Amino acid sequence: MQLNQLKELLKCEVLTNEDKLDIEVKQICAAELMSNVLTCIGTNTLLITGLNNMQVIRTAEMSDIPAVIFIQGRKPNAEVIKLAQDKGIVILVTEYSLFTSCGILYASGLRCGLDGNC
Amino acid sequence: METANNNLTMEFTITAGDFSTAGKAASEVKRILGQIGFPPAIIRRVAVATYEAEMNIVIHSFGGKITLFITPRKINILCEDNGPGIADIDLAMQEGFSTAPDKIRELGFGAGMGLPNIKRCSDEFKIYSEVGKGTKLEISIKLVE
Repeated sequence: MQLNQLKELLKCEVLTNEDKLDIEVKQICAAELMSNVLTCIGTNTLLITGLNNMQVIRTAEMSDIPAVIFIQGRKPNAEVIKLAQDKGIVILVTEYSLFTSCGILYASGLRCGLDGNC
Repeated sequence: METANNNLTMEFTITAGDFSTAGKAASEVKRILGQIGFPPAIIRRVAVATYEAEMNIVIHSFGGKITLFITPRKINILCEDNGPGIADIDLAMQEGFSTAPDKIRELGFGAGMGLPNIKRCSDEFKIYSEVGKGTKLEISIKLVE
């Protein structure tokens, strides 16, 4: 699925790197624990999380995660947005909860990046 | 950054308790390895190991440094901190054990996965610690078999 489609499904606002919405999304990692995200070795994995601090973007950077979805309208501060912009990471914000967001994405065929061999 | 005989050395000073810059060293390492042209899988292992070690120094120590030695055969990451040290290394290596306070958990760390994650990314991993002095990690990632 293209990031563009995911944006529509979750009714997201895009805060950074809007020119990169043609990224192909292969799997999703839903986590609050960044060390957990860092164990995921899949490619084109998106992170969906309830945290919105600098370490979320750093974790995405280290794990080659191209886009991060913040739930429940939790827009990060300007410092976090700037870091994501500089590192080429797309930030999306949805009003949906973590559970609902994951349900919508699962129903559309996406699966977890932490399952299996990650 | 120094180069000699096909070897490259990078050293980073890590400040304790500074969460806005935490991850900068690992980010710089990732950028430089990418410029040199290492395979993405190697870069990711080095970046994740460096980042977890950097977070540990920021969270648990009084400050320290990370030094990377890149040779044609392997990348060595040396992490040294001044800090309280680890009383029981075996316990610290267990997934789920952590002494981090709640405010660290709110950042998404401090769940006792850092050291096991570093070990998972390494081909060789050694940890030395002395209570009251500090902790040293020696991480090695092979570039050739």
